[in-house]
Amino acid sequence: MAEVSCRQVVKIYDGGVQAVKGIDLEIADREFVVLVGPSGCGKSTTLRMIAGLEEISAGEIWIGGDIVNDVPPRDRDIAMVFQNYALYPHMSVFDNMAFGLKLRKFPRDEIKRRVDEAARILDIVPLLERKPRALSGGQRQRVAMGRAIVRNPKVFLFDEPLSNLDAKLRVQMRTEIKKVHQTVRTTTVYVTHDQVEAMTLADRVVVMNGGVIEQVGSPQELYHSPATRFVAGFIGSPAMNFLPARVVDGASGGLAVQVTDQIRLPVPPARADRYGKYKDRPMVLGLRPEHLFEYHENGRAGWERVDLPVDVVEPMGMETMVHFFIGHEPVCARVDPATHAEPGEMLPLSADMNQMHLMEPDTGRVV
Amino acid sequence: MSATTFDAAQSRAISHRHSLHRQRAWALWGSYVALAVFVVMFLVPPFYMVMTSLKSSAEISAQKGDPWIVHHPTLANFWYLITYPNFQTYYLNSVIVTVFTVVISMVIAVLAAFSLARMSFWGSQTLATGVFLTYLIPASLLFLPLFRVIGFLGLINSYWCLVLLYPTLAVPFCTWIMIGYFSSIPKELDEAALIDGAGYLQMLFKIFIPVAMPGIIAATIFAFTVAWGQFLYPLAYLYTSNQMVLTVGIVSDLIRGDVFEWGKIMAANVLASLPPILIYAFLMDYYVAGLTAGATKG
Amino acid sequence: MADGTSVPVGVMAPGAVARPRGSMKKFAQRRSTIAFCLCLPLILLIAGFVVYPAFYAIYLSMLNKKMTAFVGLSNFAFLIRRHTFQLVIFQSCLFAITAVVFKALIGFVMAHLMHNIPGKNQRIWRGLLLVPWVIPLALSTLTWWWMFDPSYSALNWILEQLGFSAVPWLGVGWIARFCTITVNVWYGTPFFMIMYLAALKSVPEQLYEAAAIDGAGAVQKLFFVTIPMMRNIIAITVLFSLIVTFADFDIVRILTSGGPEDMTHVFATYAFQVGIQSGDIPLGAADSLFMFPILAFAAFFVLRGVNRRSREIAA
Repeated sequence: MAEVSCRQVVKIYDGGVQAVKGIDLEIADREFVVLVGPSGCGKSTTLRMIAGLEEISAGEIWIGGDIVNDVPPRDRDIAMVFQNYALYPHMSVFDNMAFGLKLRKFPRDEIKRRVDEAARILDIVPLLERKPRALSGGQRQRVAMGRAIVRNPKVFLFDEPLSNLDAKLRVQMRTEIKKVHQTVRTTTVYVTHDQVEAMTLADRVVVMNGGVIEQVGSPQELYHSPATRFVAGFIGSPAMNFLPARVVDGASGGLAVQVTDQIRLPVPPARADRYGKYKDRPMVLGLRPEHLFEYHENGRAGWERVDLPVDVVEPMGMETMVHFFIGHEPVCARVDPATHAEPGEMLPLSADMNQMHLMEPDTGRVV
Repeated sequence: MSATTFDAAQSRAISHRHSLHRQRAWALWGSYVALAVFVVMFLVPPFYMVMTSLKSSAEISAQKGDPWIVHHPTLANFWYLITYPNFQTYYLNSVIVTVFTVVISMVIAVLAAFSLARMSFWGSQTLATGVFLTYLIPASLLFLPLFRVIGFLGLINSYWCLVLLYPTLAVPFCTWIMIGYFSSIPKELDEAALIDGAGYLQMLFKIFIPVAMPGIIAATIFAFTVAWGQFLYPLAYLYTSNQMVLTVGIVSDLIRGDVFEWGKIMAANVLASLPPILIYAFLMDYYVAGLTAGATKG
Repeated sequence: MADGTSVPVGVMAPGAVARPRGSMKKFAQRRSTIAFCLCLPLILLIAGFVVYPAFYAIYLSMLNKKMTAFVGLSNFAFLIRRHTFQLVIFQSCLFAITAVVFKALIGFVMAHLMHNIPGKNQRIWRGLLLVPWVIPLALSTLTWWWMFDPSYSALNWILEQLGFSAVPWLGVGWIARFCTITVNVWYGTPFFMIMYLAALKSVPEQLYEAAAIDGAGAVQKLFFVTIPMMRNIIAITVLFSLIVTFADFDIVRILTSGGPEDMTHVFATYAFQVGIQSGDIPLGAADSLFMFPILAFAAFFVLRGVNRRSREIAA
């Protein structure tokens, strides 16, 4: 069993900087968990504490049922893939992958069997005799993963492994990593600042910010039900639109959200109870660009039409991003590429209010 | 997990944490102790040099008590040397020779390095390697044939021969350092300057030298050190006191026959070591940078 | 163009093309010549005072003492048969190899110790430890001579305080040899320490972390990560130091002048004694030239190491 458990883990550096402020995290066996967040949020620090490369200031970390606070990395039965690959430049690919096994005195045929197996999984068999400097970035990354796989550890740790690759290669490697996880089924903790990687790879995503965990959940949960404004704005690309608004009485008895004097959007009846107590308080309305679209008369009933002047149009091929301003707030809508929109012209918009989110402006909590 | 096992685990964790922390503290303090031992070993001779320089001849020959400390410190040795005309001559000669050597060496090295680093011409690569190789022909091989050459130039027993010869010791390494520094200046700077209308010499003076100033300082210090402390060439070519430089002057002059005036010798050492030590104290980082230019720039 | 000075596409103003091409060629030529001229002082200096004397030394070594007649290799034959010279060969090799081995080992250890302590403290310690390198070698050797003095040795005083008997430092052959090596090691170790420290710092920290996770302990990290990464620097510094130590003059000259009984003579000091003091320049030149094969051998490997290092860095 290879669960990973962090209990009230704190990291304070010399000088008083608190990088991790007490996080609790339970990772199940065979789960693929992604720690995601902006730079400096403490995700890499947490990963390195799990690896044993950073000392834990307070709290406990358990791997596979044993507390590992003061166990050195070599005895934690973990493997790590670094952002810069950290391949031994003077050793061949084979030796790089075999190094950990050699240190643990595995018999030679066992080493060869494991390295060949891993090389087969990662499709790097023809590279086994080469030195790292003769490999491309993607190949080096695969060797780094191979080094981790042969060890057959309890936990895989990935520290932003795709950050050094170009965009196209990154997409390719993402799929590779997912395939490897499906084949090898080892508990994985993966750190990235790219929320797309998080969403596509993870069984569960841990969103971190400023040393604390904002929310833990499956990618779908985070997307549909963010708990805080930070998570709502971090997950999803392009980012959610935030507009200051007030909850007011609506047209036919229900509630509505007043964004500006001219724009009042109806609240779905199902949410009336939830939002009732926030009436007449300044709140923040969140709507994702994909839930804004061009208004059609034949569209769903009751959807308000709002006409806005277009600021910038970004045709992306399969969709078009249209940027507006509501007051001083920038708004982005993801519309059908067939939509005709020109900068300066008015475009009629509508919103799927079933997908709205309402947040407290001071705490960021989604209500 | 039940409360008791949790506590037991926690106390185990805490004691474990202390031992790991203690291990790391041990390694750190062990390093300091070992380094302190090394420092003592390496600073013993300079320390003793200073101690002896403060002793009177009487105290030295009396040999009473601990020779490692001064019982009756006196500045008489220093005073003697400062007012001793020969010593003044040695110092002056050393300064003249060193200054000229440094200037000549740096001019040659900077010009050559600029050319080799930036402008490729036929044979420039072999020349750069060749420059490095000459370092491997030591002075102790050249001093005898040079004896004839210097004689032919009529410069035997004149410290000007040193001004000619010392650059051969300094220039190769200085050139090598400067090539390293010049090469690391991005070519875009050249191109921007060319577009701005600069000629090559202007590029050298207005861009390369200012940007590579740390390298220039390091190379200058190296040339200075080599020139100031050279012993073989002056010993071979200079015979009269009025031409000698400090290194040979101290060795030959203050050791008169069988009488070694150690107090004065050590005081002379201290005075002669002052310029390098002062430069080192203030410009240590450049000193080190010069030495490690090879390690980091390949 | 709006201002009326438009030029139809495809038609160039007359004369606009011809001049640039011609002056480009001249510019390229000029650049080469400028480059060469800038190198000229260097070339002249090296040619005149290094290359020419080196060849001249070969010529000189084949003359008789009065330098009137050509005697071929008889100077070399004469030297090899002389017992003193055999001692010189032995002592030079012993001196160089032993000293370099100790310098490299101690320097390596010290570099590791320095690497262990926090960066801001390193400056102070490094400053203190480099002092031997800063003081002119001839002068430090004088100090050592004073410490080894038969009657006044401060080192003997310490030994006597501890209950041991005084050591005749420079009076007995093997002990004198030990003294010369000690002074050289004292002088040269800081250089090794600085070079190795710089090389240590250039090993990426992540390699050590990967090795730690792979299961390496401290010793294994040393052998599998540190030393392979430093291999080239170690080779270059060792070979470079071998050459310099091999040709050392100051230490032996000042400490022992080659004695006692010529047991500490190295090539350089013997050449000086024979060439300048006894006035037999051809013989001295022959003595110096014996160094050459060994120097060339070491130089070849240094060059290979430097080239390999630059390729490694570029990769």
